[in-house]
Amino acid sequence: MTKFLKQSKFTLLSLLICSNCYGALVSISPSEDPYSEIQEALILAEPGDIIHLTEGLYELEDSLSIDVEDIILEGDGIDKTVLSFKNQKSGAQGLSVTSDGVILRDFAVEDAKGDAIKVKGVDGISFIRVRTEWTGGVSTDNGAYGLYPVESKNVLIDSCVAIGASDAGIYVGQSENIIVKNSRAEFNVAGIEIENSYYADVFDNYAANNTGGILVFDLPDIPQQGGHHVRVFRNKAINNNTDNFAPEGNIVGEVPRGMGILVQASSHVEIFDNDIGDNDTINIAIVTYGFETDDENYYPHPRSIQIHGNRFGKSGYNPDLETGELAKILYELSDGNMPHIFWDGIVPLPQILFGQPKEERIVFGDNGNASFLTINALKYILPFFDPVDQNYDDYVGEIKPLPPVILSERL
Amino acid sequence: MKDYKKKLLFFFCFFSFNILFANVNDSIVLGDKTPKKLSDYGFFDDLVSQSPSKGVLPYDLISPLFSDYTDKIRFIYIPEKGFAEYRPHEVFNFPEGSVLIKTFAYLNDHSQSNLDAQLLETRLLIKKNNKWKNVSYIWNEEQNDAFLSIAGKTISTQFVNNEGAIQDVRYRVPNINQCKECHQRNKSIKPIGPKARNLDKDYSYEDGVMNQLDKWHNNGWIKKDIRVEAMTDWTNTLASMNARSRSYLDINCGHCHIEGGSADTTGLYLDFTEERKIHLGVYKKPIAAGRASNNLKYSIVPGDPDSSILLYRMNSLDPGIMMPESGRALEHKEGTELIRKWIENL
Repeated sequence: MTKFLKQSKFTLLSLLICSNCYGALVSISPSEDPYSEIQEALILAEPGDIIHLTEGLYELEDSLSIDVEDIILEGDGIDKTVLSFKNQKSGAQGLSVTSDGVILRDFAVEDAKGDAIKVKGVDGISFIRVRTEWTGGVSTDNGAYGLYPVESKNVLIDSCVAIGASDAGIYVGQSENIIVKNSRAEFNVAGIEIENSYYADVFDNYAANNTGGILVFDLPDIPQQGGHHVRVFRNKAINNNTDNFAPEGNIVGEVPRGMGILVQASSHVEIFDNDIGDNDTINIAIVTYGFETDDENYYPHPRSIQIHGNRFGKSGYNPDLETGELAKILYELSDGNMPHIFWDGIVPLPQILFGQPKEERIVFGDNGNASFLTINALKYILPFFDPVDQNYDDYVGEIKPLPPVILSERL
Repeated sequence: MKDYKKKLLFFFCFFSFNILFANVNDSIVLGDKTPKKLSDYGFFDDLVSQSPSKGVLPYDLISPLFSDYTDKIRFIYIPEKGFAEYRPHEVFNFPEGSVLIKTFAYLNDHSQSNLDAQLLETRLLIKKNNKWKNVSYIWNEEQNDAFLSIAGKTISTQFVNNEGAIQDVRYRVPNINQCKECHQRNKSIKPIGPKARNLDKDYSYEDGVMNQLDKWHNNGWIKKDIRVEAMTDWTNTLASMNARSRSYLDINCGHCHIEGGSADTTGLYLDFTEERKIHLGVYKKPIAAGRASNNLKYSIVPGDPDSSILLYRMNSLDPGIMMPESGRALEHKEGTELIRKWIENL
């Protein structure tokens, strides 16, 4: 009998161990010097280890960093384990990650002096139930980005929350193979932004109360350009009517308040099945990069954009004519009768004369009652013609769905 | 007979003792375990005065990186018969077992100083298994040895500045990850300073003054007659403003702001060899600066330093704004003054 007990105890014990046999579990609780304790654990961790931060407030003066592959940094919950950088004295981020295959889950990063969580140059990064927030409300002094993976591959952002970023709450830049889903972005300048990236799926997110809800951008003069294959679907991009509070000089500083979804440059973007409405300026705008550039490799015009199956609420009833050029131009062109969808119609000169290649044209499916406005560039150049074109049906065509993004598991 | 044996044993011990302490211990340098103390390596005959062992050579850079006005004492160790291949505009390809040793200190040797010298940390870059490994040792309060650092350390201290005044500083010993921020390029760690272009100058060795590249050649470490477009000592007021400024930007910024470096996402490249104006920041819009743009539109506006984000970030002490991102807690007045004048004259 004793022997049996001993044996079963042993089995139980090994079971317990084996539930963690993925790696060692290091548990840390708030203390006098949480920085040293957490940072040391992050440096000494071996691949497969879990660093667990128990519920509580961790006040940090220096930025944390992860450079060990395949570790998990986790807390007890998105509102329970809080890393506060309110008194940060050094480091440009709250947390930075530079190793492959890291999982971040169930904690929050608050009030970082710069970006909240920056992940650079990795293959495989998961943010799951992570919150980044500037707690003092919208302010130009808030950090630029909340969740900020850049130059990375296989990026998963799931069930996260991003609040108060003075640039973008969720920002994925110069990356490839990206899923952003089930997340909430509020009170940022840009709620969710996909920039200079390839193959991104952005779905089931809630982007509200930002200056602009969801942005798909491509910019010149940086290493990865020609952003393409971005699907934006089943999101709510509503009520994005917070005044632009980005510091001047930043590209999102040009976004007018009241923008639902904005596509700038980029190609192969499919926007479908979203609820977009109650945006002061416009629900969807498709525009050319508006600044001069000498970058010969850069293509400033949006191409192959498909928009279908969206549900549009009202927009354009209170356009922001103060910020950037877009709203002002549109307001004049439309005589104050703002459309749901705007395309600036700017194409390279040969296309102005001879038309756009068919596969590069904007294609609409059924978008309910959506109204549309574009500028006919040829008529714009010639005298005596009205360049405004509001004929939605001219752009209705066959939708060719883009393939879904599949994240590859690292081996 | 017995006495003779004893004597022999004594001599044997004495001899090996000597070997152990007057020479670098290669097996420790290349061993799997990272020693806990700096003294374990045997780089110094006398650790406290930083007097090097046999085979460990001091060196200096034409333009050094600013690190909160610390004095830096640099040494290089190349194992016997080791040879470093020259690569233009890159760090030498040092052989296995080479070590770059750099002690950060406030020597407080200003004539009016009433503060003692303080050694802060000694950083090592060790070439092992064909990769560079970074490790740092923090000096103890007794100042008689330095101990392995993992998470880095904040040392709040004082030093005597150039004007002879006492100044407070929150000196940060970087953790292992932070070292990589600057030293990482294309996923591997590299030294920053010892490029031929930054070494081509005279040095006062114990046995006389000699050009460093010639000395290294005499030691059998590098090939003969390497002559390069050398960098300029940024403090040399006789040199051209442009050469001084480009050298300053190279050594302070160019290791991250270079293709493959930690800051390459921005497309702002400040390496010595960069010639494309837009990538040097001239009328370049910021990419991810956030509030660090200070409501300015461009990295550099020629003729207008106060409208240039680059200078604003070099001046700042706010961790969310300042450049470099780490390794600096104080403003480098002389450096920012130089860059201000350079932009004024662009």
